[in-house]
Formats: sequence, C-alpha cells, structure tokens
Amino acid sequence: MRYLPKSPADREAMLKAIGARSIDDLFAPIPAEYRLNRDLKVPRQMAESEIVDWFRERSRENGEAYATFLGAGAYAHYRPVIIDSLISRGEFLTAYTPYQPEISQGTLQSIFEFQTMICELTGMEVANASMYDGSTAAAEAAMMACRVTGRNAVAIARSVHLECREVLATYAHHQGMPLATVPFTDNGRVNLNELEKAITPDTACVLIQSPNFFGTIEDVAAIADIAHKHGAMLVVSIAEAVSLGIVGPPRQADIIAMEAQSFGVPLGFGGPYCGVIATREQYVRQMPGRLVGQTTDRNGKRGFVLTLATREQHIRREKATSNICTNQALIALMANIFMTIYGKVGLRELAKHNLAKATYTAQQFGKHAKVLFSGAPRFNEFVVQTSEDPYAINGRILEHKIVGGLPLKKFYPELGNAALWCCTEMTTRTTIDAVVGLVAESGRSKSPKEEVDIQEVVR
Amino acid sequence: MKHVTRKATRQVNQNEGLIFEKSSPGKAAWKLPPLDVPEVDTAALLGSSERKDLGNMPEVSEIEIIRHFTRLSTWNYAIDLGMYPLGSCTMKYNPRVNEVVSRLDGLANGHPYQPEKVSQGALRILQTLSECLIEITGMDAITLQPAAGAHGELTGLLMVRAYHESKGAPRKKILIPDSAHGTNPATAAMVGYAVENLKSSARGMVDVAALASQMNEEVAALMLTNPNTLGVFEQEIHKIADIMHAKGGLLYMDGANMNALVGKVRPGDFGVDLMHLNLHKTFSTPHGGGGPGSGPVAIKKILEPFLPTPVVIAKPDDTLGFEYNRPRSVGRVRAFYGNFGMFVRALAYTLANGPDGLRQTTEDAVLNANYIRKGLEGVYDLPYSTPTMHEVVFSDKVQAKKGVKTMDIAKRLIDYGFHPYTTAFPLIVPGALMIEPTESEPKEELDLFIEAMKSIAEEVEEDPQMVLAAPHTTRVSRLDETAAARKPVLRWKPAS
Repeated sequence: MRYLPKSPADREAMLKAIGARSIDDLFAPIPAEYRLNRDLKVPRQMAESEIVDWFRERSRENGEAYATFLGAGAYAHYRPVIIDSLISRGEFLTAYTPYQPEISQGTLQSIFEFQTMICELTGMEVANASMYDGSTAAAEAAMMACRVTGRNAVAIARSVHLECREVLATYAHHQGMPLATVPFTDNGRVNLNELEKAITPDTACVLIQSPNFFGTIEDVAAIADIAHKHGAMLVVSIAEAVSLGIVGPPRQADIIAMEAQSFGVPLGFGGPYCGVIATREQYVRQMPGRLVGQTTDRNGKRGFVLTLATREQHIRREKATSNICTNQALIALMANIFMTIYGKVGLRELAKHNLAKATYTAQQFGKHAKVLFSGAPRFNEFVVQTSEDPYAINGRILEHKIVGGLPLKKFYPELGNAALWCCTEMTTRTTIDAVVGLVAESGRSKSPKEEVDIQEVVR
Repeated sequence: MKHVTRKATRQVNQNEGLIFEKSSPGKAAWKLPPLDVPEVDTAALLGSSERKDLGNMPEVSEIEIIRHFTRLSTWNYAIDLGMYPLGSCTMKYNPRVNEVVSRLDGLANGHPYQPEKVSQGALRILQTLSECLIEITGMDAITLQPAAGAHGELTGLLMVRAYHESKGAPRKKILIPDSAHGTNPATAAMVGYAVENLKSSARGMVDVAALASQMNEEVAALMLTNPNTLGVFEQEIHKIADIMHAKGGLLYMDGANMNALVGKVRPGDFGVDLMHLNLHKTFSTPHGGGGPGSGPVAIKKILEPFLPTPVVIAKPDDTLGFEYNRPRSVGRVRAFYGNFGMFVRALAYTLANGPDGLRQTTEDAVLNANYIRKGLEGVYDLPYSTPTMHEVVFSDKVQAKKGVKTMDIAKRLIDYGFHPYTTAFPLIVPGALMIEPTESEPKEELDLFIEAMKSIAEEVEEDPQMVLAAPHTTRVSRLDETAAARKPVLRWKPAS
C-alpha cells in the first residue's frame, strides 16, 4: 500500500522490539468472536491513475461545463487561481487546529485577519473563526440570542432560505424553542405588521435574511426597530456574501450569521462551505465557535492565540455555548484570500458587475414573463413567473448545456410557476440572451398585465 | 542546549506583518473582464441600501498576497513536515490524489440544486461512499449530512431521541464515561438530555457493574468511544451492549478512534446501534488548520426512519435521486447534502486502499502506537497497564516531581522538531501525555520521537528550568493566554 511507509523487515523488527509474535497479538484485546476474519467488501485497491479515471467519469456525469443560473444559497463566482495555490501548501492543508500557538502562528494570524475583514464587511465588532455553514450558523445564532436574552422563542421570516428554516426547526425542536414564521408582502419583503404580531414577550430574536431568498434587500432598519422595541434581538443571515460589496451591511443587527461560500469557495455540490457568526463585543462570551486573539510572548513580541476557550466544549462540556469543535478553517482561509485579493475597491466593482448582470437579465425576462417583487431593491437574484412550468422550461434550456433558474414549487408553492434566477459576474450576455429566448419560446408566457396580484397568491 | 536534536535544524524564516499594514490605495490583485451588459446606476437601483465605502479592507498586489500567505504558512507545523502525534486527532497523511479529484470540474463546480439528471456523478459518489462506510462499520444505513464529528453526535442523538419518542417517551439521560471527549456532554445538552457521568474502572474501561447499576428506563443511550481515549478496547463490549439493550437503551459509539478498528472488527457486529465517523481522521481528509471535517452517522435498521432528509435512493429508471418525503425524519441538520468535497476525498482514500490496504493501515497504526509505548515505558509513567491499540496515554507523574508538567514537555518537544502530543486529556489521567502516531510514520521517525522524549526526560532531571522555558527555537516564545482572554483583541484596528 503506497501510503504506508514500512517494509516487511521494519514491521518484523518493531514486533520483535515490542515482544509480540505477530500483529495478531496486538489485536488480542478484541474478543475473538467479533474479529473480522474476511476482507471488507469494498472495491479492490486501485492505482492512482484508475482513481483519477473513476472520478473523471463521475465528473463528466455531473454537469461538467454547464453554465448555470442557479443561486439560492450557493453562488457561481470566479475563483482566482492563487486561492488554491496557497491553500494547497501543506503547512495550511495538513495542520491541525492551532492549539500550540508557537508553531501555528500562520493559521492563527490568518484567522485574525479573517475575523477583521468579516467585521469590516458586516459592520460588527467581533467575528468568529468560522461555523459549519450559513444554515447551522443561523441556528446557533438563534440559540445564542436565547442565552443573551433569557427568552426562548424565535420569529423567523418566510423569506429566509427554506433549508435554513428547516435546520433551525431541527435544532429548535428539543430546546423548547417555539418558532413563529413571518410572511412576506407583495414586494418580497418581511411583512412588518405581521412581524409585529408574531413577536411575543418570549421572543429572543427575529431572524431574517438579506438579501433574502428572493434576492430582495430587506428594510433592516425598520425590522430592527420592531425587534428592539419588544426587547428581542435581530439576527440577520447573509447568504450571498458578495452583496456586501455594494449593499450596506445590516449594522442594526445584533448578530449576523453569514455564509461565506461566495468568497472563493467552490460550489462543490453543496459543501464544504464556510459559516461565520459576527456580533457586538458585549455578546462575545455567549458566542459559539473558535476565536483568535492578539497577545504577546515572553519577549513582548506580537503573537496570536485561540482565546475565550472557557465558552467551549473541551473546557465546559455540557455547559458549553455549543458542541462545535472542528469548524471550517481551510475554507475560511479561502474566503480570507478572496477578500484580500478583491479588497476595498475590487469587492465593490465585483458586486456592481453582479448587480448589472442581474438587472439586465431581469429586464430581458420582463419582456416575456413577470418578474415578481419589483417594488424593492434586489442584488443578483430575482423571481420570474411564467405560464409554462419552469421544469419544462429548464428541460429545454438544459439541452443547451445551461441550467435554468430554481423552480420554486417545493419552496413556495403559492408562487405557482415561479423560478429563482441568479446572475453573477460569470454570466455572459450571450448565455442570458439565449436563455431569455428559450423562455419566450413557449409563446404561452403571460404578459405582466394578465398576472394575478401576487398579494392574493401569497395569501 | 545540551541535547541536540537530530530531526530539525534552525533556519531563518521571514517576518511578516498583518495584511492591513501592507495596504495602500491604488494597489490591486484583481481584474474584471469588460462588462458586456449596460452599466447600472447603483444609487437609483439600491437607494438608501447602497454601500459607498468598504472601510479598512486591504488594497494589495498579487505578489504581496502570495508572499504574505506563503510566509505565514512557514510558521506552521504540519503533517507534511513530520510526525504530528496528537492523541485522538488521527493526524495521518492526506493523499494528494484526493485533492486532485475533488477539483475536477463537474465535482468542484457542481451546483447542489442542478437537476438530478446532470447530478448522477455526485449521487454515485454519495452512494458508493455510503456503501463502503456501511460495510466498514457493519451497520445498515448512513447519513453523510453532518459537517463534523460533533455535528454527527448531534444528528445521532436527535435520532436516539426520535427513536425513544416513537416508543412513547424520549427518556431523560445520556450516560457518558469520564474519559469522553467534551463534545459528547455538550451534544447531549443541545439535544435536551441530562448528562450522567460513568466512572472508569481501574483498568481504564467502562465499569460494567457500575453501568448495570446506573442503567435504567430513564437512560436513552450510552455514548461510548471505542477504543476509548486511553486507546483501550472495551473488552466487555458485549456485556455493555446487553446491559443497554436489556433496559431499552441504545449504544452510541463515538467513532473518533475508528482508525484502530477498520478491517479488523466492525462496531455493528459488537452491538453498536449508531455511530459517527470522522472522515478527517480515519479517512484522510485534511484537517486544514481546524476543518472542514465531515461526520457521517451510520445506524442500525431500527433507526432508519429517523435519518435526516434528504437520503439518496435508486429510482425505478435505475438513476439515483434524493428522497425528501420522510415523515419520521429528525429533519435537516445542514443545508444541502453535507461536506461533499470531503466525501470525494474519503472515497478516493478508500479506493486507494482496498480491503487489504485498509486492514494493513489499521495494523500499522496499532503497531506504531505499541512501539512508542514500549520505547517510553519506564521513562514516563504509564497510569494504565491495560493493552492499548492505536494510541497510548502516559502521565507526567515522574517529571512533575521536578515541577515539569505535560505542557512543558510538549513545548520542549517542539524544539526537537515534533508537534506535541495531546496534553492534559483524557481528564481521568492527571497530567496526561496522549500520543497517537497513526500508520503514516516510518520506523525512523518513531525512533527519533522516542529518542527526543527520552532526551527531554533526562533534561527534566538535569535542567528543569530549561524545559520550563521551552520552546527556545520558535519565532514566538510562550504566549500570554491569560492576557488574551482578559482583554480580548479579536480584530485589527488602524492606529488612530
């Protein structure tokens, strides 16, 4: 086996040094009746070339070289090549959690820079080293709000990603955490009147997403006012991190639960991604996850360490703020390098390109179908309603090696034949025009005038 | 320094400030293609939502970024540099073909919501890995969704709870041995269970008599790490399983130490009802400085209705797809399907090994740990003489007489060119030195490690102050962690 660095003679010598007759002696503690006396039924040992071939075949079966209009929590942005050059360095790739700071300063300093940039972009005062992903970060943020406020209920907007709401429901189920769902209005934003009604004296936090699942930017200030008036915290989930280049951060939030996949992390069929929690300094001791802090060594030299570990499971056990241990460090490093590459000017320009592409595409779609929720500002996603079933449209588009927008039947059945479309800087005008043509092809698309008022549909 | 190490030599390494300290306006490492659609008036589109300024985000060039992160990287120790004997962390070699195949276009750029028709490659990977892991663990079904070991524990206990609820009541308690990882009790608390501590026997195993007396109808499950954190296989595992099952409880196995068992024995065969695996331990996916991990949960048939959604199924037309309609499911524990990139790597590792390679891997891991045990026995105190598998736990009892603790020995080991072992864990061994070499170490590296540990033991006798002041060769000396926690500085701020 090519990964094993021992010759038969080495093994013999080592067994002899131990005083064992054979390797079986070392497995004697396992009761004989349970020992496996046969080969595992897994595929035979393969050569490296065979492994590469096998996965190439799988890659070909997996939409290789297709253009995509899918977003909905996973975004196809360009990944500058130096991200992979740098994260492939063995010193980053094959290091463990930096528990020994004297020989982990590289990882520690890079996390410190990551925390700093997340704070700059979100307008928060502290950010952690990462969470599993945006959905679990949002669930943990809600639990954190319960600890801070001493309350136990959560009001969550229906314009938050369905899977994020499902994860929260799973986490909440056994915590005695009642969930109230707040509907959206005909501009795709949180219904403020309904929000007001959904908040009770037990509400620990209001959880929204902005830009929300429809790509619409929420009125965060107004929502924050309502939450705070009732003594509840505001948790804002950010799924499309590139929006932060051109959309004002939700500064009125108390906790931000973010997914940083857009920052240089491959789509990778849904993971690994990079969640982050950012908040105000006063709540730091209730935060889950790892934190890196600056300090000095015995000679007064600047250095970095994991800090405030007394919140964590390896110290506090059942009283910890979370059970999280391994997080997403290498993915956070990808995001860190991405943020460094684009920086202060590039992130804004990148976001502008996304906005321009989505705006153009929505306008083109508007000629043949109804673009919903046009009453509020959007970033790079929008919902298109057609007379034809979006699955049928997508089937037609797929033949051109293009994946169309996400049909919303499963997510929002009340929206009928609707799909969520996303454009990034990677979406070319040629593809956009081709797709708009294919959507129009049905000839049965309704003109906007014929469309029923969405308010009715939502109800 | 009296004892000179044979493994490492000091070398100049580069200083490097924070990236923000290199920034100046007008530098850039990015270039966008010309915009092929009309420019937009951002103020008109976004109104008051528009952001005008990105604060203190850096502005630097590409070569500066390359140097910045390359310099930082040289300040890290890594498996690629040498032995990384952290107990229970299984720091084994991370094969490079895994990295190559996970970056193939269709796998790296596949969108989680692309139609199933063009997702057959990814689905086949999910299915093939699931089949391999089910066979390796001897279980009946699996979910790959959990993002890490602790997340797997959470998912597992959610299923335990759902199972008991289906029988009438969720029960109240989880039994956890005092040698367990901190994630076990933290997880139990997150799922709404009270934690009851289970004392270890004098041999470092579950005290079966104590278990029998503590087990009752209020206990939902026992969370057992096997081999446990001492590296000891629970020899009375069948009795443990019987005690749990007799009172309707479940046996959960924390699979953190599965590297000691693969191909030699299967948890499903010795009474385990559910367990998580850490793909970043046993299945060679890189630790990456603290993640990503992946924590699949393998289960027996009785728990299958409660698996998180979605699950991969074969459809009537022989293609693969996701099934969402599972009314008794515990729900979703993460968006999408889990850390897919780690599944690709774990499967590539399994294929590279095959049944013979997996078995040899386990044998070598256990051989290496026992070789170290033999080499250091008598030099360091061995609190439990019970035979051990893939790791060994010593204590600092001898050295503590000179005022030198496990952390000091660990810091001194750095000067010898090694990453330290796990210190002060498991909690049942005061001053623990927990050593797991994995199968990836050649005999030469093990000999150097044993030599270094012996040399440090001599130094403790001759010059304890020198060991207490270690490390002496790193770019920073011991850092003031108390100050870091008392007045946390968690981000850079510009000098005002």
